[in-house]
Formats: sequence, C-alpha cells, structure tokens
Amino acid sequence: MSINVYVPRDTTANARGANEVALLIEQIASQQGVDINVVRTSSRGLYWLEPLIEVDTKKGRVAFGPVSTAALNTLFEQQFYAGQDEHELCQGLTEEIPFLKNQQRLTFVRAGITEPLNLEDYRAHDGFKGLQNALKMSSQQIVDQIKGSGLRGRGGAAFPTGIKWQTVLDMPAEQKYIVCNADEGDSGTFSDRMILEGDPFVLIEGMCIAGLAVGATQGYIYIRSEYPLANEVFALAIELAQNAGYLGNNLCGSDKDFHLELRMGAGAYICGEETSLLESLEGKRGMVRVKPPLPAIEGLFGQPTVVNNVISLASVPIILHQGADAYEHYGLGRSRGTLPLQLTGNIKQAGLVELAFGSTLREVLETFGLGTRTEKKMRAIQVGGPLGAYLPESLWDLPLDYEAFAEAGAVLGHGGIVVFDDSINMTEMARYAMEFCAIESCGKCTPCRIGSTRGVELIDKIIDPLQLLQREEHLHLLDELCDTLEDGSLCAMGGMTPFPVRSAIKYFSEDMDKFNG
Amino acid sequence: MCKSVAQDDDQNIQLILDTIAALKDQPGALLPILHKIQDTLSFVPETAIPLVAEALNLSRADVHGVVSFYHHFRQTKPGAYVIQLCRAESCQSMGAKALEQHARQTLGIDYHQTTTDGQFTLEPVYCLGNCACSPSIRVADEIYSDMNAQKFDELLQNLPSGSTKVEVL
Repeated sequence: MSINVYVPRDTTANARGANEVALLIEQIASQQGVDINVVRTSSRGLYWLEPLIEVDTKKGRVAFGPVSTAALNTLFEQQFYAGQDEHELCQGLTEEIPFLKNQQRLTFVRAGITEPLNLEDYRAHDGFKGLQNALKMSSQQIVDQIKGSGLRGRGGAAFPTGIKWQTVLDMPAEQKYIVCNADEGDSGTFSDRMILEGDPFVLIEGMCIAGLAVGATQGYIYIRSEYPLANEVFALAIELAQNAGYLGNNLCGSDKDFHLELRMGAGAYICGEETSLLESLEGKRGMVRVKPPLPAIEGLFGQPTVVNNVISLASVPIILHQGADAYEHYGLGRSRGTLPLQLTGNIKQAGLVELAFGSTLREVLETFGLGTRTEKKMRAIQVGGPLGAYLPESLWDLPLDYEAFAEAGAVLGHGGIVVFDDSINMTEMARYAMEFCAIESCGKCTPCRIGSTRGVELIDKIIDPLQLLQREEHLHLLDELCDTLEDGSLCAMGGMTPFPVRSAIKYFSEDMDKFNG
Repeated sequence: MCKSVAQDDDQNIQLILDTIAALKDQPGALLPILHKIQDTLSFVPETAIPLVAEALNLSRADVHGVVSFYHHFRQTKPGAYVIQLCRAESCQSMGAKALEQHARQTLGIDYHQTTTDGQFTLEPVYCLGNCACSPSIRVADEIYSDMNAQKFDELLQNLPSGSTKVEVL
C-alpha cells in the first residue's frame, strides 16, 4: 500500500519551494523504490514552517518543516515517510503544534487537511452538509439562521450579514445576484486567498446557500488579478462543482438553480469597495457609487444584490451545518463567531490564526507570533490593512472586537496584522498612506482624489528641516485635511486614509525628525 | 521588415476580433475581453480600442477610460519578463524599500519602464497575498518570497533568457 505524503499547494508554500519539494519527493521515492503518493493539500497556514510536509501515523499526521529540497536526503535516510520523528525538522503531531492547537478553526477547519479540488475529500470532511440542510429550509429560515449566528461581514465593514440578506430577500425582483468580493487587496491579508486556493468548495457552497436564501440564481465571484493560483484553482472548482450538480440548474436534484461565474479583477485596490466592484463587474471603470441606493436594493445591473466577502460566505456552510447557536457561542459582545487573523510582516511565526473574537492583540502576538524576524523590538502594529491605524504598544491590550477597536479609533478590518520593528520610520508610513490613497483613489470625490496628493505634499513640508518653524502650522493643516477626508469622502478609501496617517503622527511623533526620504 | 510588422498587425487584429466575437455577449463583457487580449498579446494595443468600442456599442473614450483606469492593463508591449515588486506595508516592514532601490539600480530602470534589451519590465504591485514571507515579488505567474538583493540577482540570472541574452549589470 502506498504511503501518503502531504505537501501543500498554496501561493506561499509554493513561493517557499513546495512545488520543487513535491517533485523531488516523487523522484527520490521512485529511485529508492518506496511507494509514496504525494498528495497536494491546502496549507495549514503555519507559513513560517512552509514547506510543511506531513505523513500519516497511528496517532495522526506528523509534520516536518520547513523542508527544503536539500533536507530531503536526510529525511529519506531517516524514513520520515514511516512517521519516524527523529529528524531535526520534525515538528511532532501537526495538531499538537501550539500555533495550531491554540486556535479555534471553524471556517478553516479543513485547512491543510484536504485536497482543494477533490470533491470526495470535501464531502468526507462535512462538505455540502450545510447546503443539504439549506435545501430543506425556506428562504426565510436560512436568513434566520444567519441572523441568529451573529455573523458580520468579514471584509472589513462588519455589517450584519443576516440583515443584508433579509433586505435582498424582501426585494421583489426578476433577477437577483450574489456577488463574492474576492478582491482581497489589504496588505497583511491572505485568508481569502487561502479559501480560494485551499478550500474552494466551501465558498461555492456558501454562495449557493446565499442564493437559496435570497432567491438569486446567478452569482459572480470577483478575484483579483494578483492571485494567479487562486484564479486557476477556483475556475477548476467551479467546473467540478457544475459537473457534480452543485452548481447550475436543479441544485443537488432540487428544483432550485444557481449559476456561478468567475471574473478577474485588474489591479485596482478600490474595486474591493463593493459599489466600485459592481461597476467593474459591469465592465466599467471602478468608480465608487453614491449610496443610497444600497447594493441590496439596486446592485449589479440595477438588481438587488448580496455583496459579501469570501470569509463571510465561507463561514455560511458551517453555520447551516452546525446551527446558528453553535457559531454564535464563540465571540464577545456583538462580535460573534471567529475571525481569521493574519499575522504578517516582521514576525517570526507568521500565518493564519483563526480565533473567537475577544483575545487581545498582545495575547495573539505573544501566543502565536513570538517576536520579530529581525530580533529587534516590536514597535508598531498596523491592524486592518492600509486603511487601519498604527497601534503603539500602549494599545496592544485592546480586545479583538469590532466595537473595542472602533472606540480606540482603529479598525479590525479583514483581520490583517502587520508587525514593524523599531527600524521603521512612522512618518514615512504616514506619507506612504497618503501616497497609496493618491495612487488607488478612483477619483470620483475631491477629498480623496486631491486631498491625498495634498497630504503627501504636507508631510514633505512637515519633515523638511528648512520649514521647521512652520511645522506646527503644517501639522494643523494636515489635521484639517484629515477631517475633510474623513467627513467628505464617498467611501472608506478617502474616509479612512486618515487612520494610518493620524495614528502614525500622533503616537510616533519623534519620527518626524528622523525621516530620511 | 515593414511587411512583417504589417503582417503582425493583421494577425493581432484577427486575434482581437476573434476574442471580441467569443466574449462580447456576456453581461459586463469589457473586462473579460481586455483580459483575453492582454493574455494573448501581452498588452492591449491601440488598434484594439475602436474595435472593442464598436462591438460593445461604447465610445472609444469609454474603452480607453477602462484600459487606463486599471493598473493591470498595459498599452505598450512589456519586456520578456514583467517583474512586480510589492510596495505594500507588510513588505515594507521587511525591507521592500531597499529591495526596490536595488532592483532599480540593477536593472537601470524605474517603475513602468523596460530595459533596453527588452528583457525586463518593472512594475509596482500592492500586495500579492504572500505577507507571511515578505518581501514578495512576482515574475510572470510565479510568486517569490523572502526576497533580498542577493536572491533577486540569483533569480534574474536563473530565468531562462528571452530572445536576447540576460545581462545583469
């Protein structure tokens, strides 16, 4: 009987050499006459250990990582494939690795375990059970389950998913749409990518359930062009699901239909904003729309549309499978369930950390991150992407909860956590935030389009040693400019760019004099 | 020489027309058409704009507006390899700025430019979703992690050369 060796197929695992490792394992195995079957699974999200390869043992899978091609000779000598755990790269039982053991994985329950494009494997791990339940319910019953779960949009805005679905359900229309926002542009995030590449069927299942819930028969998924592997895997997943009756007419033999089409983005950060994304899907420039009307009332092609993030939709199947209460049981206050955090940047143990809401940032850093990669002191942490605030150490005890973060003038956003050590110049980061806004602004509203460029110029004046005497005046102007952006912009791009700018200036003001361009 | 350029143009026009015919009937067809054109020709040539506009009943300005709005679409032919350097925060936290400087110096070009030998085009990118192993770069459809100056040089040297020899200064 052949021995299974599991090697992830995932952008980060591949970037660290997983493809080469997988190939070489097959070669060495055939040279040595060992009957090994290399299984390309998704990634566990323990990225600092990638390529993390695993083998079955009686006690469960045993992990080795990070495995380079150079390490394979000794791994084979010590018969790693037989579950021998003497090798220095052996991490023991995968499920016992503290980074993984201390998580509560619901949405990512299959991460690293299943083959992304194996329907049989997906079904064997509770796949399509949520959909089976949903097919027995009325639309209203499905919406009630989502409402009861307390699920809020995981894309960043944290709007209650059930309420959004109810609005679309209540709209009379010939055609409604489900749109999945997979334009994950925030720096420091990759959880959407992990679902797209690693567990695509859970997202397809979630979108089908959403379609049943609101009476939509057509879905679109908008995946960014920066994710080549995700686009490739997801296109195949749609084809497989169609052939197996999980998409198309008569879903699973029922009288319900749901069609799904993949569209690729074209490198515009702004298209992560839902109305801009809809414009892009319609074949236009990604210009933000004025709200109201909300997309739930007048969305894609003017029809009622649910626009949800990947993680929101991928959380739906488990809610329908295990029940709203089981999901709602996790969390804190009005933030229910789990949030997939992404520990990134200058951090030793970087990767995916799915946790119930409520831990503090410091707990996450201490339990999972274990210090910076450069061995220097951690200085600033940006949570929630390029529009999120930079937090100094005094704010690391904030509980990870939408409301607590909002109160502190910060955002949880899509759960990205970027760590910086003390070599960073925060005034430089404030300038970059304005620059990024200028590059990515859709240009529709003046505060964002012009204000961002004025912001870059102002920060240049603030750091100019020849204009030291006017610094107070310039800082005051920057503050007023930030007010204008916050109050006068149409969407979060201009409205939230002041978060990183203000926090970088406020908490790290000493950096203004150290800027070296 | 002139003849072969003309032939190339004719071929391109045929490709563009075929692409339009195959994709124009879907809702919101413009982006899928532009993607397909760029995937085939490596850029969206000027000649495509009126053809696409006519087929979709749009003005040329509309189509040009879409092509120029999205960073992904290119209106000139790029080098044999497009190198995208991530400039976003996570990569900055691990030294993306130094890498950026090194890349510009090594290639002798700035962003949105192509080396004179036609081998490399340098582009900025804002996040490749590989933030656990920053800094990241993308060459064609491959993502490379934990980049630094030395690894960058090695990567360039190991890329199979396009039509001319790769010379890294």
